[in-house]
Amino acid sequence: MNPKAIKWGITTGFLLVILFSVCLIALSMGTMNIPIHKLIWMILNQAESTESTILMKIRLPRILVGIAVGGALSLSGVILQAIFRNPLVEPYTLGISGGAALGVSICIVFSLNQSYSLSLPFFGMIGAGCVIIAIYILNACGVVYNMHRLLLIGVMISFISNSLFMLIISLSKSEQMHSIMFWTMGSLEEPNRSLVYGILIISLIGCLITSIFSVDLNVLSLGEEDAFHLGLQVERVRNILLIMASILTGFCVSISGIIGFVGLVVPHFVRLFLGSDHRTVIIASYITGAIFLILCDLLARTIISPLELPVGIVTGLVGGVIFIYALVKK
Amino acid sequence: MNINNVAKKTILSVNQLSCHQSSQFQLTNISFQILEACCVGIIGPNGSGKSTLLKAVTGLIPATNGHIHYCNHPIKSFNQKDLSKEIAIVFQSTELGQSICVEDYILLGRNPYRKRWQFWESETDLQIAETAMKVTQIETLRDRQINSLSGGEKQLVCIARALAQDPKLFLLDEPTNHLDIAHQLQILSLLNRLKNEQKMSILIVLHDLNLASEFCDELILMKNGKIFKMGCAKEVLTCQNIRSVYHTRVVEGENPMSKKPYVFLVSDDQFMN
Repeated sequence: MNPKAIKWGITTGFLLVILFSVCLIALSMGTMNIPIHKLIWMILNQAESTESTILMKIRLPRILVGIAVGGALSLSGVILQAIFRNPLVEPYTLGISGGAALGVSICIVFSLNQSYSLSLPFFGMIGAGCVIIAIYILNACGVVYNMHRLLLIGVMISFISNSLFMLIISLSKSEQMHSIMFWTMGSLEEPNRSLVYGILIISLIGCLITSIFSVDLNVLSLGEEDAFHLGLQVERVRNILLIMASILTGFCVSISGIIGFVGLVVPHFVRLFLGSDHRTVIIASYITGAIFLILCDLLARTIISPLELPVGIVTGLVGGVIFIYALVKK
Repeated sequence: MNINNVAKKTILSVNQLSCHQSSQFQLTNISFQILEACCVGIIGPNGSGKSTLLKAVTGLIPATNGHIHYCNHPIKSFNQKDLSKEIAIVFQSTELGQSICVEDYILLGRNPYRKRWQFWESETDLQIAETAMKVTQIETLRDRQINSLSGGEKQLVCIARALAQDPKLFLLDEPTNHLDIAHQLQILSLLNRLKNEQKMSILIVLHDLNLASEFCDELILMKNGKIFKMGCAKEVLTCQNIRSVYHTRVVEGENPMSKKPYVFLVSDDQFMN
């Protein structure tokens, strides 16, 4: 047995145990505290009560969305940082979040969200999709012949969509402005059950596919020319992973709003402790991202309960402080 | 060409190769051959197309004209992965985005041999990486981070990674750049050993004419993307050739130990006197 494989197994197992315990804690804590032994009993017996409704209808979906979004955002962060060989790239750098925000704000301003509960994520996805397609059309036209230019074009698209977003906000009424701003700060609340399962499945599939490419990402981190001479089909690998990272980010943003920080710093945090072998980094970032987002969400909904903070504020505050501390300590 | 070499197999043959990277760097009508267990050195001034030639051989820069054959097969008939099992290249300077330990770095050289769904390195991979470290004498560096190595150590590690590819043809782009004389000698003797013991063929770009004279069986002198002169060191390293390529005066001599040609640099003022 390869010793690295054993280390990989131990790390993954350990992180999964933490994720499981964090999930239990997040299930039990909230406006109404449910002790953990009662919680397990309730899940096993499926009894009908107010507590079980809170548990199954409100808290569990939030945790599932937390796993899916936290994992997927960290995953896109890992992929993009490896492909661009730039530690400052994050899932939102290419303007996908700006596109989604634009879509959602249009939906809210024109009051398209009254009739149908799926319209916010739907418009978010259209916005994100437009940005992805714009980047790929520019890519296909040969405007982008190296990764630097792709990055620059992404940043420019991000600026353009952000400005349009600001324009729409400045023209909107104050209560609309409030709901747009609240959406951009991010929340894990998602009333639609099938969307919850959908994003979870997509995010897990993303993790699986990325894991398959993890050795390729290791080779790619040597740079384009070296990767070419090690027999890697650079273009192909890069395109597949880039498209996947964009789609994952698009889905996350449309469902949970713009939750910053996770995609940028979780990969750094994981590399700080586990090294930069992508076989470990990918799975560890996924689980760590999930743990981090669930914990932040727990804080967001308990700290000023019964009111709730937007989770995006908590991720930035808590994560930033923890990361600086870890950096200084190491 | 040397009489002793007649029986040897041709590893690489380049015929009438022309290509351009941008309008500035062009290769025109390059033809040469590399025999088995033979070291060919490419020399020439900066910007004469030495590095471009190496990249054209591996297909990184597509050729606009001409043919390259590897072991009598057109190089285009190999897929990229199979070709990287045969030809390895070490670039002038390799920069790493992320920090990685020496052993893992060398194991990346096994990538061409990785099967489609293989996630972990096999026993063979580990053994070959081990041998590569032994040959280059860097076993002690195994757990060090690449970014913390000195220039000479880094160069050895890069060579070890290329050796892990188990190549028959080894291309190097100025491997002795920025290194002190001890490391220069260490690297070139290592290449010499690989050539003699493992029958490896080597195509190497060198700036130092005397090192090239000492370690290469044959030299290619390039000027403006063309081959100016090709042959053994005695034929290539003449005052006249160097004068017309580098526009510099030199004095010819010979290495007292190996009796190989040695060029001494002289400034123009010294010539006046």
